[in-house]
Amino acid sequence: MSAPIFRDGEGDLGFRMTWWASRALIYGVLTLWAVICLFPIYWTVSTSFKMAPDVMQGNLIPWVDYRPAWLGWRSLGLSPDTIGAESTVRAEFLKRFANSAVTALSASALAVVLGSLAAYGLSRFSYRFGPMRNADISFFFLSQLILPPVVLALPFLVLYKELALLDTRIGLILLYTLTVLPIVIWIMRDQFASIPTELEEAALVDGLSVWGAFLTIILPIAAPGMVAAFILSLVLTWNEYFFAALLTSTKAVTLPVMVASQTGSQGISWWSMAALSFAAILPLIVIGILLERFIVKGMAAGAVK
Amino acid sequence: MIPEGDLLHVVTRDAISPARRAAGRLLIWGSFALLVGVALVQALNAAGRLDLGLANWRPTLYAYAVWATCLCIGQVVLKGEQGKRLVFVLPAALFTVAMVIFPLIFGLTIAFTDWNLASLSGRKFNGWDNVRQMWADPFYWNALGNMVWYLLAIAVEYAIAFGLALLLNAEIRARRFFRVAFLLPLMLSPVAVSWMIGKSMLEARFGPLARLARWLGWENPSFFGSPEIARLTIMVMDAWTFIPLMMIMLLAGLQAIPKELTEAARVDGAGPWQSFWQVTFPLMLPVSVTAILIRIIFKLKLADIVINVTAGGPGGATDTVTSFIFREYRDRSNVGYGTLLAMVYLVLIVIFMTVLMKLADRWTRPRT
Repeated sequence: MSAPIFRDGEGDLGFRMTWWASRALIYGVLTLWAVICLFPIYWTVSTSFKMAPDVMQGNLIPWVDYRPAWLGWRSLGLSPDTIGAESTVRAEFLKRFANSAVTALSASALAVVLGSLAAYGLSRFSYRFGPMRNADISFFFLSQLILPPVVLALPFLVLYKELALLDTRIGLILLYTLTVLPIVIWIMRDQFASIPTELEEAALVDGLSVWGAFLTIILPIAAPGMVAAFILSLVLTWNEYFFAALLTSTKAVTLPVMVASQTGSQGISWWSMAALSFAAILPLIVIGILLERFIVKGMAAGAVK
Repeated sequence: MIPEGDLLHVVTRDAISPARRAAGRLLIWGSFALLVGVALVQALNAAGRLDLGLANWRPTLYAYAVWATCLCIGQVVLKGEQGKRLVFVLPAALFTVAMVIFPLIFGLTIAFTDWNLASLSGRKFNGWDNVRQMWADPFYWNALGNMVWYLLAIAVEYAIAFGLALLLNAEIRARRFFRVAFLLPLMLSPVAVSWMIGKSMLEARFGPLARLARWLGWENPSFFGSPEIARLTIMVMDAWTFIPLMMIMLLAGLQAIPKELTEAARVDGAGPWQSFWQVTFPLMLPVSVTAILIRIIFKLKLADIVINVTAGGPGGATDTVTSFIFREYRDRSNVGYGTLLAMVYLVLIVIFMTVLMKLADRWTRPRT
């Protein structure tokens, strides 16, 4: 065998070595961080199928270390053998789940409607409310983001008591809308600014009114941004705990409050807590996997100008 | 800067008749009079002068809704085309004013009372007593001090987030998988996270992280035993949930940098280290500042994890202002004092954020 005619020189070999080393390092770090991100979720899922000895021995891999059991899900009334039967825990869980879903969905929808309108107006027309001009009005809306929830919590507690809105879904919806409104305006302002005004000008020349142009021309173009704002609002409102803990007691209790109250009564029934926690985070995990594109878009909006 | 205002300038000629103008005024002022009237009657009812048997203030709320609607309609009637434009912003503005300004003013009036929901006597104005009590309250100052520590942790979070964003921006396979995996912690409810990590994974006997710590040579791992370690643990858990937020923003910034710039730097002979510090990092400065500011805003609201994992312990070492006030209300029903603490916190935040935004504005302005 003769030596190959074309071969890598000494310098190239060194280069390839460093290239492989950097690849290995990059994938190593990426994998490590992926494990850090995913392991708690995996731990929760696997714990919900464990029995007491498995928890204490720290068994990790199903079917190898331990035999999965429906223990955690049975305590929620969601395992195959209890799903048909009556279960007060399941009824309770479903009620909380429905509360969370209704409040999160309606608050996000309301915030997207109000926020999109305001953002569109601010990006297209000039306003004057007394001494306030457009920039001031925008700042007024966005500055609500700084407002810590604790400042509003106690006044709202008293106000809602007077208005008979304590422990109602409507009360929570109104508050949640307020908390996500600045974020929606932030995202939508960015969206509308990227749409050229020539589109509306053409529509106006063709005889549409301002609102007609907005509804028929601009909204379809801005829809992806609205979806992004909606999803991001959904994430924030679904996970909200502070207001829900203060303002609800029995009827309108949301899922995070239920999870928190179960944590307090530490009966070390880890499997049922794991099942409950996992059931609470599952909807958002699904949303995160399916609609990741929109979430990224929503969070990136406004960061890059 | 996002261009704003008067982009869609249309000259319209609205011929609004005097009758229409009068109708508009009547609509707005009539509904306003209704609101004032209902509020007055309610106030008299609450004071016991009138006995209408109204159990709550709902009628006033409805009157406000009616007035807000009439105001929006009235604008169109009164001003025609210009009014239609106002209607874009008006609903959000009316909503925010009703939900923020009014409660804030109301909050100020309870901040200076000794109102305790558990006591039988109602609220009583007590002047500066709450302020004096706050001044002498070591736990409040301790909580404020903790907030400084928590804010400082953002520097580390930023470094990690930037590193991850750089990795995701590199030429890698399975980018979508990694992006989704890295994003997931942000989607999880902090309450669930406090159980999943704080209560079970960090549990001293069976928790996997405690096992790992023991395997690494830590004799008796206790993550909430000493004040410093407890605070560090809370910081790490909070970082775990919020690093994705900064990472995504920084990633968007990195993707907006034209490839030509880094290529030009390489052609000019810059190594990766040099090209990062001389080209990428300066270009990322505005995005970085935005990401850090948003992270600070979220950090100042930190409470859920603290309330559910440590309840402020040990000895208040992990307390945030929000969790402290939450317990002040939950355990002692001290509405008056708690509101004052919250108001002081708000003032501090507003000052802090204003200074910070001014500084950030100066730093990111392009040097000419």
